[in-house]
Amino acid sequence: MTTLTLNSLQKTYANGTHAVRGIDLEILDGELTVFVGPSGCGKSTLLRMIAGLEEITSGDLMLDGSRINDVEPAHRDVAMVFQNYALYPHMTVRRNMSYALQNRKVPKAEIDRRVVEAARMLQLDELLERKPAQLSGGQRQRVAMGRAIVREPKLFLFDEPLSNLDAQLRAQMRVDIRKLQRQLRVTSIFVTHDQIEAMTVGDRLAVLNNGELEQIGTPMEVYSKPASEFVASFIGSPRINLVSGEVKAGSLHVDGFELPGFSQISDQPVKVGIRPEDFVLESTAKMSLQIDLVEELGSDELLYCVSPTGLDYRIRRPGGSGHKVGENITVSVISEKLHLFSSQSGKRLN
Amino acid sequence: MKVLWVRYQLLNHLLLILGVAFLALPLWMVFASSTHDPATIIRDGMQLGLSDQFFETYLGVLTEKKGFTQQVTASMMMLNSMILGVGFAVGKIIVSMTAAYAIVYFRFPLGTLLFWIIFTTLLLPLEVRIIPSYKVVADLGMLNSYSGLIIPLIASATGTFYFRQFFRSVPDELLEAAKLDGAGAWKFFIDILMPLSRTMMAALFIIMFVVGWNQYLWPLLMTTDESYSTIVLGIKSVMQTIDGNRLPEYNRGFALAILALVPPVLIVILFQRWFIKGLLESDK
Repeated sequence: MTTLTLNSLQKTYANGTHAVRGIDLEILDGELTVFVGPSGCGKSTLLRMIAGLEEITSGDLMLDGSRINDVEPAHRDVAMVFQNYALYPHMTVRRNMSYALQNRKVPKAEIDRRVVEAARMLQLDELLERKPAQLSGGQRQRVAMGRAIVREPKLFLFDEPLSNLDAQLRAQMRVDIRKLQRQLRVTSIFVTHDQIEAMTVGDRLAVLNNGELEQIGTPMEVYSKPASEFVASFIGSPRINLVSGEVKAGSLHVDGFELPGFSQISDQPVKVGIRPEDFVLESTAKMSLQIDLVEELGSDELLYCVSPTGLDYRIRRPGGSGHKVGENITVSVISEKLHLFSSQSGKRLN
Repeated sequence: MKVLWVRYQLLNHLLLILGVAFLALPLWMVFASSTHDPATIIRDGMQLGLSDQFFETYLGVLTEKKGFTQQVTASMMMLNSMILGVGFAVGKIIVSMTAAYAIVYFRFPLGTLLFWIIFTTLLLPLEVRIIPSYKVVADLGMLNSYSGLIIPLIASATGTFYFRQFFRSVPDELLEAAKLDGAGAWKFFIDILMPLSRTMMAALFIIMFVVGWNQYLWPLLMTTDESYSTIVLGIKSVMQTIDGNRLPEYNRGFALAILALVPPVLIVILFQRWFIKGLLESDK
């Protein structure tokens, strides 16, 4: 059982930069939690604070109930996979993997057993006597994971581990990491700025922005009920449509339309979010749009449309529908699928 | 067309041959002359052809006790030079590596300032501070000893600077990975930094060994006992000790010069190979 609890964790650098502004979070046992956010949102800093590579300015970091703020990185029982892998270039794969165990005075037979087992799991058996320079990017990545696995840590930390790989390999490693984590059931934290990676890898996503936690939840929760305008626009590709509107006397006024059924929201200006796939093509619909550009993605196609009032909309449709540029289409959206955010705070209203 | 090309090639080779001759001929003349007897050298000047006295001269130089006190052989002087050269190079590498390690990886007050102070000592060559240095060594009672010859010279601003630049180019992630792997400051230095620095060490060893081997002024001042004198000093002393009625032994002087040349050349050849191999293999 491993639980990691973050209590109003803060990080302020010596130059006054407030990188992490009070984060409360619980990482559950055996889960893979993804820290996702744009660059500079504090996700890497937060991970490095957990690893012990970055000092914690204030707040508590609790691992299994004991405070580890001031515990040396080596004694925290966490293993980390670095973005550039940080393999020791002069050591063989075997030495790279066993180095931490040697420092820990693990008996030789036990080291061998663990290294061989990890190598088998990661298909590195043949490569044990090679040096990192003789390996491909994907192989180095696997060695970096092997180095973490042999430690049998309480907590795995991945710092953008896939960003140095090409797209195809990245998709493959994503699946491999997911399988491996399921198999080992080690509590893990995975940092990425790629929202697709985050959605596919994580049990839960922690969306960070500007040093603060915007939302935590399963990928589907975050996607279908974004807690703020930021989360809505960050998660999901193609991006969600966001248009300004207003709630007045229980009705939503947006782009010249009036939609009833919002009586639980007080009168205020709002941002309306519509996922591109939530548009329905109908002949009797309310909204008439002109197609500006068609992007064929094979299975899908993306229609860039303009409304009579000049607002842009992205609409996702199944591929091969034969829509043409300049064509007029009529669409509607089910009001339950609308996401309403406060214009002021950006927080979700419905 | 063909003729033009051949002429062009001829010209190229002529230039190359001239260059090689310019560099190698004096050396060859020294070697050739060292195989003649002193009388020939004095009568006919430097020689281009070999003679039959190679073994006699070289064996004599290496085994016969000569010098002012008639106590030293060239082999002893070679040994002294070797001790000075190796001690000098190894000492410099150890001191500059540890100094650079402290400067790059530890945050201590005035660290940067200290580095620049070390760096500015480059502006003060040995000759400028030779008298105070002599005084210090003399007061410590280190005259006429290997430690007195070596230790005062092993602080190296150049070496510290090179290692500092190198350490700064080592990615921080390696240090962080080592931290997570439970390697402390000492282990990181021994297990990670030292092996990564092998090429740097080889390069510095070549340079520093040659500099140490060729030291003249320092051993001249620090040693009065001839059993500590180096081969570079020896060349001169051979020329100086002319018995009134004997010819100066130019052949022996030349032989010593050739002998003094061999170890640095060997070191350069040997370590260069290692150095290049390291360059090809290493990547951070």
